[in-house]
Amino acid sequence: MNHASARVRRARTVEMLARAVTGAAAFGVLGVVAFILGYILYRGAGSIDWEFLTAPPRMFMTQGGIWPAIYGTLLLTFWTAVFAIPVGIMAGIYLAEYAPKGAFTRVIRLAIANMAGVPSIVYGLFGLALFVLTVGFGRSVIAGALTLACLTLPVIITATEEALLQVPQDLRQASLALGATRLRTVLRIVIPAAAPGIVTGSILGLSRAAGETAPILVTAVAFYSPVPRTVFDETMALPYHLYIMATQAVKPAPDVVWGTALVLVAGVSIINVVAAAWRTRQRRRIRW
Amino acid sequence: MVTAASGSFELDDVSVTYGNETAVAGVTMSIEPASVTALIGPSGCGKSTLLRCLNRMNDELGNVKVGGRILFDGVDIYDRSVDPVELRVRVGQVFQKPNPFPMSIFDNVAYGPRTHGVRRKAELDALVEESLKRAALWEEVKNSLKKHAFELSGGQQQRLCIARALATSPEVLLMDEPASALDPISTQQIEDTIAELKSSVTIVIVTHNMQQAARISDRTAFMLRESMDFPAQLVEVGDTRVMFTNPADKRTEAYITGRFG
Ligand SMILES: Nc1ncnc2c1ncn2[C@@H]1O[C@H](COP(=O)(O)OP(=O)(O)OP(=O)(O)O)[C@@H](O)[C@H]1O
Ligand SMILES: [Mg+2]
Repeated sequence: MNHASARVRRARTVEMLARAVTGAAAFGVLGVVAFILGYILYRGAGSIDWEFLTAPPRMFMTQGGIWPAIYGTLLLTFWTAVFAIPVGIMAGIYLAEYAPKGAFTRVIRLAIANMAGVPSIVYGLFGLALFVLTVGFGRSVIAGALTLACLTLPVIITATEEALLQVPQDLRQASLALGATRLRTVLRIVIPAAAPGIVTGSILGLSRAAGETAPILVTAVAFYSPVPRTVFDETMALPYHLYIMATQAVKPAPDVVWGTALVLVAGVSIINVVAAAWRTRQRRRIRW
Repeated sequence: MVTAASGSFELDDVSVTYGNETAVAGVTMSIEPASVTALIGPSGCGKSTLLRCLNRMNDELGNVKVGGRILFDGVDIYDRSVDPVELRVRVGQVFQKPNPFPMSIFDNVAYGPRTHGVRRKAELDALVEESLKRAALWEEVKNSLKKHAFELSGGQQQRLCIARALATSPEVLLMDEPASALDPISTQQIEDTIAELKSSVTIVIVTHNMQQAARISDRTAFMLRESMDFPAQLVEVGDTRVMFTNPADKRTEAYITGRFG
């Protein structure tokens, strides 16, 4: 009796300890994130005004705005989406719905997992070799977007595949048993049910790409350039602009650096929050 | 409309092999039109397996081989000229767990007809109404056809699935334990629906409930897998009343009186 209750008491202590330790880790992470965001906001908010968002830089970037960089990042992200989303979603559909269980499919999955692990600077070098030099796009929005698309593809493929696999097998069976083809089943039943996951995964992948510096470093960006007129022009971009300003000898007012960081972080965060909120709403509508 | 004469199956020495394990072998029986045939037997004896042969849903599992011959109204359904997609329009299926699509009640029932090219609103309306009536769900949902199917109760969802299967005007309805996930009242409603339907549709139903088999079926087939080393076999098939009162095989008697399985 005594012995048992001692064990129960010890179990309870251990349980409390486990809760405290895991909770501390979770709140610690929250604290770090809050500190980073708060600090960027604190340092950057002051420099944000209409001119900062809409004017090109002046005086070696120490004054003026960052509009060409904002526009460049929007443009790069848009074309990344155009190149990566259709291919990524189709590849995800193949893996989830059509791929036979076999060695070949395993190789594809392994390749995609590896693709996700390749450092982003390696994508940059690859993009330089293929899109900039071999294909001959030169440093351009299109070369940068294609490079970013390669980087984003595994994220979109994996998100799509996982979202499709979460759709209950029951629904596919029901559709097939009604005499629907596999294609119709996928298009009318499985994809609509998986859409929230697919869309959110794609957006998260894109927002990641929007903040990357290394892949565009050698494929798309320029230290200073006007707003690109076509996708074959080079461009400025927010992450690279930050990198330059933080590392160049000509030091701009720190406010400008932090203001740029704030714009980048705010843009990416807004996209992520909207994507997450949209998914939650869809989930509530489609449940099983 | 479907005539009572169509919707019959002839099974001749049917066997099913998953990978290299033969699960069912040597099944020879007929399924008569406009009647209810119950498939009974202990868990794992291949009832679902055999049922899935009849609409070739086994094809979708991959690595499944069906041997012997299955004639549907005289046509070998495993012949290369038969398209399983067309077969499934004529041989519908209702599953164990209600599985409505995540869409409105109307769209659920209209899914089959739309799949097969029905576009006109009036025609779809009529088909949806008729199917819901046949599944005895119309009165409960006629004012809320736009409602999401998941808002229905489990029993209503299962009747919706029956209506959905009926909307392509199948001659045969395969039901794999359609009431096992439902409460007694919903089960009763499903049984009533089956009784209504059998004049126009051939029904093959898998059930673990002996009383249910006795109540609703005209003919019963008893399957048994006596050892995992051998495939399951059809022990006995015949008139339900005879089988439940005077079974020919001792194993059948043991099973229906609850001595094993
Ligand atoms: N998809 C499958 N792949 C491999 N083997 C399977 C598959 N489905 C069924 N089997 C095997 O076939 C045999 C019969 O299974 P089946 O599901 O047809 O039995 P059942 O009579 O419907 O059982 P229950 O009453 O539990 O539903 C079992 O040994 C099972 O392991
Ligand atoms: Mg079964």
